[in-house]
Amino acid sequence: MKVSRLLVAGSLSLFLASPALAARDYVSIVGSSTVYPFSTVVAEKYGKTAGAKTPKIESTGTGGGFKLFCGGVGVDHPDISNASRAIKSSEMKTCADNGVKEIVEVKIGYDGIAIANAKTADKFNLTRKDLFLALAKDVPDPKDPAKIIANPYKTWKDVNPALPAEKIEVLGPPPTSGTRDAFVELVMETGADTIESLKAMKKTDEKAHGKISKTVREDGAYVEAGENDNLIVQKLQANPKALGIFGFSFLDQNSDKVQGSAIEGKVPTYEAIADGSYPVSRPLFFYVKKAHVEVIPGIKGYLAEFTSEKAWGKDGYLADKGLIAMPDAERKTIAANVAALKVMEVK
Amino acid sequence: MTPPSNLLTPSNDLKKRYRTDRWFQRIGLTAITFSLAFIVFLFSQIIAEGYTAFIQTNILLEVDFSEEAFAKENLAAADYPGLVKKSLAEIFPEVSSRQEKKLLFSLVSNGAAYKLKDMVAANPKIIGSRQKVWVPAGSDVDMLMKGKSDRNVAEEHRRLNDKQLTWIDKLESQGKLEKQFNRTFFTAGDSREPEMAGILGGVKGTALTLLITLALAFPIGVAAAIYLEEFAPQNRWTDLIEVNINNLAAVPSIIFGLLGLAVFINFFGLPRSTPIVGGLVLALMALPTIIIAGRASLKSVPPSIREAALGIGASKMQTVTHHVLPLAMPGMLTGAIIGMAHALGETAPLLMIGMVAFIVDIPGAINHPAAVLPVQIYLWADSPERGFTEKTSAAIIILLAFLMTMNSLAIYLRKKFEIKW
Repeated sequence: MKVSRLLVAGSLSLFLASPALAARDYVSIVGSSTVYPFSTVVAEKYGKTAGAKTPKIESTGTGGGFKLFCGGVGVDHPDISNASRAIKSSEMKTCADNGVKEIVEVKIGYDGIAIANAKTADKFNLTRKDLFLALAKDVPDPKDPAKIIANPYKTWKDVNPALPAEKIEVLGPPPTSGTRDAFVELVMETGADTIESLKAMKKTDEKAHGKISKTVREDGAYVEAGENDNLIVQKLQANPKALGIFGFSFLDQNSDKVQGSAIEGKVPTYEAIADGSYPVSRPLFFYVKKAHVEVIPGIKGYLAEFTSEKAWGKDGYLADKGLIAMPDAERKTIAANVAALKVMEVK
Repeated sequence: MTPPSNLLTPSNDLKKRYRTDRWFQRIGLTAITFSLAFIVFLFSQIIAEGYTAFIQTNILLEVDFSEEAFAKENLAAADYPGLVKKSLAEIFPEVSSRQEKKLLFSLVSNGAAYKLKDMVAANPKIIGSRQKVWVPAGSDVDMLMKGKSDRNVAEEHRRLNDKQLTWIDKLESQGKLEKQFNRTFFTAGDSREPEMAGILGGVKGTALTLLITLALAFPIGVAAAIYLEEFAPQNRWTDLIEVNINNLAAVPSIIFGLLGLAVFINFFGLPRSTPIVGGLVLALMALPTIIIAGRASLKSVPPSIREAALGIGASKMQTVTHHVLPLAMPGMLTGAIIGMAHALGETAPLLMIGMVAFIVDIPGAINHPAAVLPVQIYLWADSPERGFTEKTSAAIIILLAFLMTMNSLAIYLRKKFEIKW
C-alpha cells in the first residue's frame, strides 16, 4: 500500500528532521494567575522592543508554580516563578533539597481585592467583622458569645442593623484560588480577631480558633463562582442583590458595570490601595533562579524591563492594567537589588 | 359482538394505537425542534458577540518620518511612540498639560508604534517624508465605537472622560476615525492589548499539533486494528486487550495529560509547551477511537471477499492489504477524523504539559512553544479587558469553522469511497 508507506516515511522524517531539542533560548515563567496579567504585559513589551524571543508564561497557580520551580536547576525547569504570596519556608526547603539554592525575591507591587456589586444597586458599607459574621461557617452565638454555633444569619441586617435587609449572597473564588486564600487571610481572620470571644479563644484553643476563622460557609450564602472573574462580573449584573469577590484589575476594567463596596469606610481606588488605607490588599512577588540568569538569554532583559520605572512606576503601563505601585523608595531599593541579583536569605 | 376491525371502521384498540403513534411522532419532532432551537440560539449568540472582532477602529495619522528621529544607525531603536505622539499633537495643538497629553496619546494603541517600525523596516526610503498611516485605536475607543461601552453614564463610571469623547468626535467628523476590517486578527499572535491580539499563533499551533497527532495515531491505529482483527489469535490475552482499548476510549482526557507530563517531559526530557509533546499526548487520546472504528469497519467487509482472494491464491497479507483494507478505508477515515475532531477541542490534557501559557511568537517548528485554539479561547475568556470578550467569541467561531471543515471532509471522503453491497 503506497499510501501507508508514504505516511510512515513522512512521520519518520518529521522526527529526524526536527531541530535539536536541547538548549532553550526563551525564558520560562510559571506561577500565580494573579501576577500573570502583569508579567505577560512586561514579557510582550520586552519581546517586541528588544527583538528577543518573548518569554513564555504559564498560569499554574502560586502553589503549582513553586512545585515546578523547586524541581531543580537546568533547562528543563522554569526560570522564574510568579507568586501572589511570599514563598513558604517549606517550599524553600524543597528548593534547596533539589539544588535550587540561590533565589532572588522581587516584590512587584500590590493587588487589591474588591467586594463589589452591580452599579444599579446601592453601594454597601461593610466592615471586616460584618463579612466574617456573614460568611463564616461557625460564628459565636449572638445570645451567648462563648458558644459557637452554625452560622444563623440569613440577611445582612441580621449581621449588622445598619446594613440592608437583603439575603446574604456572595459570589467568590473556589478554594484552589489564591484570591480566596488572600480573602480568608485579610478579611475573615482579621474580622474574627475583632470579636472578643474569638480573640480569647485564640489563647485557649488555637486549633479550633484557626478552623473557625478560616472556614467559609457552605449552606448557599457563599457561592463558588469559579476562577473566571469575568463570569462573576456578568453574574453581578444579572443579579444586583449579590456581591462578588475579585481582584482590583477586574473592578478597574469594568468600572461602568460594577462598584466596589467600602470596607471600614474606604472605597477600593488606586490611591486608597497604594497608601494602605484600603485594608484588603496584598503584595505580589516573583522569584528568579540566579543560576539560570547567565545561561538562559533574556532573563536579564526581562528583569530590567520589569523593574524599570516605565513598567512598574506610578504612571507605568502596569498601573494601567491594575497593579498598585509600591512607594518610590521601595521601588528604588528593589530595582537595585534585582540589578545586583541579591539572593534572599533562607527563611 | 364487536365487528371485526378494519381500516374503514377501526376498533377502539386500533384507534388508541394510532393515537399513541401520532403522539410519539409529535414528541420526537418537539425534541428535535428544541435541540435545533438551542443550537440556533448558541450560534446566534456567539456570532452576535464575536463578529465585531473582525472589525477594528483605526485612526488616520499623518506621520512625519523626519530625518532627525532616525539619526541613530539602528532604525529599530528610533522613538516611534514619539512620532505617533507628534502627529497627534499636530491634530490637537490646543492640548498642552501633561495630564491631558497623556489622555490624548492613550486614544491610540501601543501597536501603532510597532506598525510604524515595520513600515520603516520594510521601506527605509520613507525617512524624510510625511506619510498618511491608518493605525489601530486603543481598546477603550474601539469598544466605544462598537457600542460595547455606554457613553451616556456619568463620567467617573466611564473609561474615557468627557474631553477624550470630544477628541474622538472631532476625529470622526474629520474622517480620521473609521472602523475597518481587522487584518491584525488573522496575522498576529497573542497579545495583552485586545486590539493587537490575533489568532494566527493559535491556528498554527493547532495545525502543528494535529499534524503530529495524525501522523502518529493514524498509522499505528490502523495497523493495530488490522492486527487485532485479521491476524491475532482469539484467546484471553486478545480479549483483555480489547477490553482495555474500549476502556481507554472512556478515560478522562486529563489522565493522558498526566501521562504526558510523567513520561514525555520528565522521563524523555522533551521541552514543555511544544506541539511535539501536545501531539504525542493527543495521539494517545485519539488512538483508542481509531482502533475501535478501524475494527468495526474491518468487520463490516464481507467474508466472501477474503475467501475469494484466498481462493485465487493470495497470501493472508495480500488479502488484507490489497482487498480488505481498501474496502474498510472509509470507516477508518471516519474514525480517524472523529478522533482528530475530539483532539482538536481538548484543553485539559494540554494543561498538564504546559501548553496553557501566554505565547506571543508564532511557532515555526514542532519544538517551539505554541498555544492551541481551545487554550487561546480559555485564556482570553479569563482576561479582564472588555475587548477580549468579542475576541473570545471570534476565536470560538474559528474553532467551530475548523471542526465543521474536518467533519465535512469526513462526510465527503466517506461518500466518495463508499461501496454499497
